[in-house]
Amino acid sequence: MKLLLKNTNIINPAQNLNTVADIFIVNGIIQKIGKQIECESDVDVYDLKGKIIAPGFMDMHVHLREPGYEHKETIETGLEAAAQGGFTAVCCMPNTNPPIDEASVVKSILQKAKNVLNGIVDLYPVAAATRGREGKELSPMIELSEAGAIAFSDDGSTIYNAEILRRAFEYSSMLNKVIIQHPEDPELSRNGVINEGVMSTILGLPGIPSIAEEIIIERDTRILEYTNGYYHAAHISTKNSVEQIRNAKKKGLNVTCEVTPHHFTLTEEVLGDYDTNAKMKPPLRTQNDIETLIDGLSDGTIDVIATDHAPHSFDEKEVEFLAAPFGIVGLETAVGLALTYLVNKKFLTIEQLIEKFSVNPRKILNLPVIKIEEGEKANLTIIDINKNWTVDVQKFKSKSKNSPFHNFVLIGKAVGIINNCNVYFSE
Amino acid sequence: MKLKSRHLLGLKGMDRNEIEFIFDTALNFREVLERPIKKVPTLQGKTIVNLFFESSTRTRISFELAERRLSADVVNFSVSGSSVAKGETLKDTARNIEAMKIDMVVIRHSSPGAAMFLSRVLKSSIINAGDGTHEHPTQALLDMFTIKEKFGKIDGLKVCIVGDILHSRVALSNIFGLKTMGANVAVCGPRTLIPRDLEKLGVKVYYDINQAIRNSDVLNVLRIQLERQDRVFFPSIREYHLYFGITKERIEKNNREIIIMHPGPINRDVEISADVADGSQSLILQQVLNGVAVRMAVLYLLGTQN
Repeated sequence: MKLLLKNTNIINPAQNLNTVADIFIVNGIIQKIGKQIECESDVDVYDLKGKIIAPGFMDMHVHLREPGYEHKETIETGLEAAAQGGFTAVCCMPNTNPPIDEASVVKSILQKAKNVLNGIVDLYPVAAATRGREGKELSPMIELSEAGAIAFSDDGSTIYNAEILRRAFEYSSMLNKVIIQHPEDPELSRNGVINEGVMSTILGLPGIPSIAEEIIIERDTRILEYTNGYYHAAHISTKNSVEQIRNAKKKGLNVTCEVTPHHFTLTEEVLGDYDTNAKMKPPLRTQNDIETLIDGLSDGTIDVIATDHAPHSFDEKEVEFLAAPFGIVGLETAVGLALTYLVNKKFLTIEQLIEKFSVNPRKILNLPVIKIEEGEKANLTIIDINKNWTVDVQKFKSKSKNSPFHNFVLIGKAVGIINNCNVYFSE
Repeated sequence: MKLKSRHLLGLKGMDRNEIEFIFDTALNFREVLERPIKKVPTLQGKTIVNLFFESSTRTRISFELAERRLSADVVNFSVSGSSVAKGETLKDTARNIEAMKIDMVVIRHSSPGAAMFLSRVLKSSIINAGDGTHEHPTQALLDMFTIKEKFGKIDGLKVCIVGDILHSRVALSNIFGLKTMGANVAVCGPRTLIPRDLEKLGVKVYYDINQAIRNSDVLNVLRIQLERQDRVFFPSIREYHLYFGITKERIEKNNREIIIMHPGPINRDVEISADVADGSQSLILQQVLNGVAVRMAVLYLLGTQN
């Protein structure tokens, strides 16, 4: 495979790189970066004038649903959705059936991923932190790690027992692997389904108070302070969560966190007609929370944008509100939403965006940061920041269409990826 | 005049003219109910299904009487022994029943938003007869109709809803409706049973029942239920009655006229003492009678729109 990408704006904050040049790739390796590279006729040439080449994007929070829930998503459809969304790597969460709490499950998932689109998307399974995700005993972390697990989490459930969490920090720190916490106190969130506040009052729906998230983060960072280890708070959604993470970072703790695109773009107001495609955990919050989340992204408190891609079939979501499952798909809208709502509105620079989507998740997961230079593997995401497009869930590669962003008009899109000797262009 | 929507899903968003229009129509049906023959042919040939996924005696009977007095064909569906027990979804159950050519659906369901959900998946007119802890619009309409009948107006009256506001669809519908009609709305109950940010809806909150009584023209007293799983909300029925119960003594200490309402069913000597429930200031049975008239009005207005 020989590829020549012409006139492209190469940006990689990890190398302080922002230049316009051509990139010549042979068999997946960057051979040459320079102006006006000439080539022979057996080379595929793409004119990428006006487009940006960034280090390959990663979504570190995805539910692929396989094994166990293949009617919602499979490894195949999920990775196709990732490619379509501009991601060259995803982490899949362990709340499958059976859960990813044994090495054999890790291996079987990795095996399947290799055959999807010739393996263009790297899959990094997150294994359960506790056996069966039950929060009672530790999972076999070393064995899971050797099989290919990249991190540990009981996502979907909180590691609620403080002693188990303490031991999980201690044990996983031997592997230099991060514990990803789903921060939600199940007793405070009780039977809640949307943010507790004026909307839950108007709609008569049981609320999830913001403190359900915040007190878990507060507690967890205190445990971390005692044990050391690596802590990543998944999908933070409230003002105080941002402030707590900011304080923990000031103390020098190994704390990182992520935010989803829906939490920095939508408020609880969209729930006025009981749209089950806006039902997720944590719930959509308020404008005040959004502003603080964006501040947190801008000042570096929030390290990562991750989707929490949570596919559910049409039938499962077309039910009365209380009966609907939590979660929305996100892989195919994430980059467009972030470009539209963060970069175009000048809250983040394009460099900062690339850090949130590529550089930081890799650092957190202890993976090498991607470099765009001669001799390096080509692992790239191609972005068109000017592309005006309308979200159409029927065009999603994902098996599920449960998105509140249907018909949103976005400006900016990931239009292709290059990885593992393969090229994928989305339309 | 016509109602704006084909459905009655809630009182939020319904305007003052529409509510007045329902009241005017209900007044005519009140007159019908006083006749020796209490039946009119208005909805002859229309089929109405009462889909009750929660047990209910009075609301279901009230709707059924209203439907029959309008000469509609009535089908009752209730949860026990139904397909729901066999795992059928709400959507499938409703669509199957609708396939038998139904014109209107009256639904009671435990999930907030269930009526709105049905309005999206069915073609029939939907009337919300209580969707979980969200709304119960016909109850609030009949409460307001009763208040108007007593005082000749709603504007400027001070109405306090007492009890478990958090879990009450009656409270929420009354709050929306009464605000629209110009009343000063307050609630009173233990803080654990007052939904968060309720003040932001323009509602005054009292935690002291005597203060609430002093500042009200009408008390709408809600049924208190203490389920085992709800012990986190208040300590005991005894404590509730002692500090929030509407008793004769509390009413008499207040030196002005106050009207007592209750959507039923009453827990005597829990939220309201027996002598108050049966006393001269109680409009409880009037509410029940007006309920049939108001439901006839709603069924008539929605059932004859096209």
